[in-house]
Amino acid sequence: MTDQSLKRKGRRLGEDAAVAVTALSALAIVLPVAAIVVLLVVRGGRAITWEFLTAMPRNHMIDGGIFPAILGTLYLVLGTVLVALPLGILGAVYLAEYARQGPMTRIIRLAIVNLAGVPSIVFGLFGYGVFVLLLKFGASILAGSLTLALLALPLVITATEEALRAVPKSFREASLALGATRFQTIWRVILPGALPGILTGAILSIGRAAGETAPILFTAAVFYQKDLPHSIFSPVMALPYHLYIMATQVPDAPPQLQWGTALVLLLLVLAANMGAIVLRSRLRATRNW
Amino acid sequence: MVTTPTDSRIAVSAKRKRRKAVEVAAESVIWAAGVLSVILVALIFIFLLRDALPLLKTHSLWSVLTGRAWYPTDETFGFMPLIVGSALVTLGAVAVAVPIGVAAAIYVGEIAPARVREVLKPAIEMVAAVPSVVIGFIGLVVLGPLLQNVLHLDSGTVALTGSVMLAFMALPTIVSIAEDALATVPRDFRAGSLALGATSWQTVWRVQLPAAKSGIVAAVMLGIGRAIGETMTVLMVTGNAFAQTKVINGQIVTVMPYTLFQSVRTMTATIAAEMGETVQYSTHYNALFMLGVVLFAITFVVNLLADIALHRMPKHG
Repeated sequence: MTDQSLKRKGRRLGEDAAVAVTALSALAIVLPVAAIVVLLVVRGGRAITWEFLTAMPRNHMIDGGIFPAILGTLYLVLGTVLVALPLGILGAVYLAEYARQGPMTRIIRLAIVNLAGVPSIVFGLFGYGVFVLLLKFGASILAGSLTLALLALPLVITATEEALRAVPKSFREASLALGATRFQTIWRVILPGALPGILTGAILSIGRAAGETAPILFTAAVFYQKDLPHSIFSPVMALPYHLYIMATQVPDAPPQLQWGTALVLLLLVLAANMGAIVLRSRLRATRNW
Repeated sequence: MVTTPTDSRIAVSAKRKRRKAVEVAAESVIWAAGVLSVILVALIFIFLLRDALPLLKTHSLWSVLTGRAWYPTDETFGFMPLIVGSALVTLGAVAVAVPIGVAAAIYVGEIAPARVREVLKPAIEMVAAVPSVVIGFIGLVVLGPLLQNVLHLDSGTVALTGSVMLAFMALPTIVSIAEDALATVPRDFRAGSLALGATSWQTVWRVQLPAAKSGIVAAVMLGIGRAIGETMTVLMVTGNAFAQTKVINGQIVTVMPYTLFQSVRTMTATIAAEMGETVQYSTHYNALFMLGVVLFAITFVVNLLADIALHRMPKHG
């Protein structure tokens, strides 16, 4: 064998190894998450009974169910969507349909990127200082939902803008040519056309709001509640906060309660994300404009 | 004879006027929603400052930012141990996540066959969806004890545990942005390189990766931003409560951490752990808001740098 061909062989080997390393890296991300899901399903699955899902916690939280935490999370998610969805959609309409290239638009986009990058605990501080103390909402569903809505806003804006831009230009032109005004075109043609994409954004923000803990630490969540919340000014128990408490503050909590809570939370969040992914791929398949 | 407009004409024009008014109102609302994000970012900063600044009545900014001890009960608010704690955990996370993330982006974007890619991409995105409190829980009950046994540590809740879990959480961001960056490299670059006889790996390594450099820088910056702001995971797994302490004048004081094998307290975890227990509008309360200002400023700069890097990317050619 000549030197040349040996060298070539060596190089090919090196390249195969490099490719293998990249493949292993991808696996190193996917395998742990698969392992975590399997572990949670196996260990948490045993805890999940009808009683666990529908009963109040008992006996200093070491017994009973997590019903108030599930309900609290649903309330917070609902509040978040009610606030973030309309504001986010309108913001996206501005960016997709009205904004012109220029410094103002650049600043708005930068603000959205930064809003998405603000640490969740900083949202928590802001919500505590402004909604809880200054506006005197107290730790409540209202204060928690508003805080979570700030965090969900960039998600809704980004997803909606993408959906609006996917509506073909010819739709706009046809509508305008028929004498519709710009706003009529947006309201009657573009928004309905972008609806599935907008729903994707809404579902993603549901997943995000359901899973966040830091923003509700001081704005909404409580350790334990004897009665279910009765107004938007009531504080709530919430799944992520409940898991945090059970894992770190209740030393004699049976592990299966922790695993069960973690599984319910994970399923809720993953279901939302799966829903968004399915919706997005169906959208791409059916709306062949 | 003077002609007067008929009633119906008046009605039509009134209707048109009303419609016009609705239109103008709707468009103003849309405009307001458009600039809302800018206003919110400004409001967050202003309100953080409002509750942070009273701290400077009793403490100088310099002493707060460079102070090497954090002991709230004694009104000693040195941020250094917390900043170093955040930096240690974040650097550890970045050291793990960047090579793996960029390599995975190369695989997913350039090497993997379409069918593998269809599975890998959503699976990696899925990682980003797992709530941080669940990641923290896994770190606490699975990874912590594992590291403790393998490395023979006194405790499994150390900076390293936090770094590994944070790396995991930052990976989806790094992969997706690095992959986008590789995809934006003009096809001609790739075609040219292959035509010159380069192998596909040489093309990825010597042509596409350098061309996507600024996008990859952005990916790394956003990964850092994600890691430094993460709260629940580090609160649960870095041994917050047992952070490196020392008895000074008979008091327990949080002091500087030095290695990844120590328990550390990060800025985020300190706020999360202490805000609930402090008196509203006390000096401690102000100090925690000041920590929030520092965090906000750091992530703002990191995101700004990432954005600048992204705008440097060449457009499709």
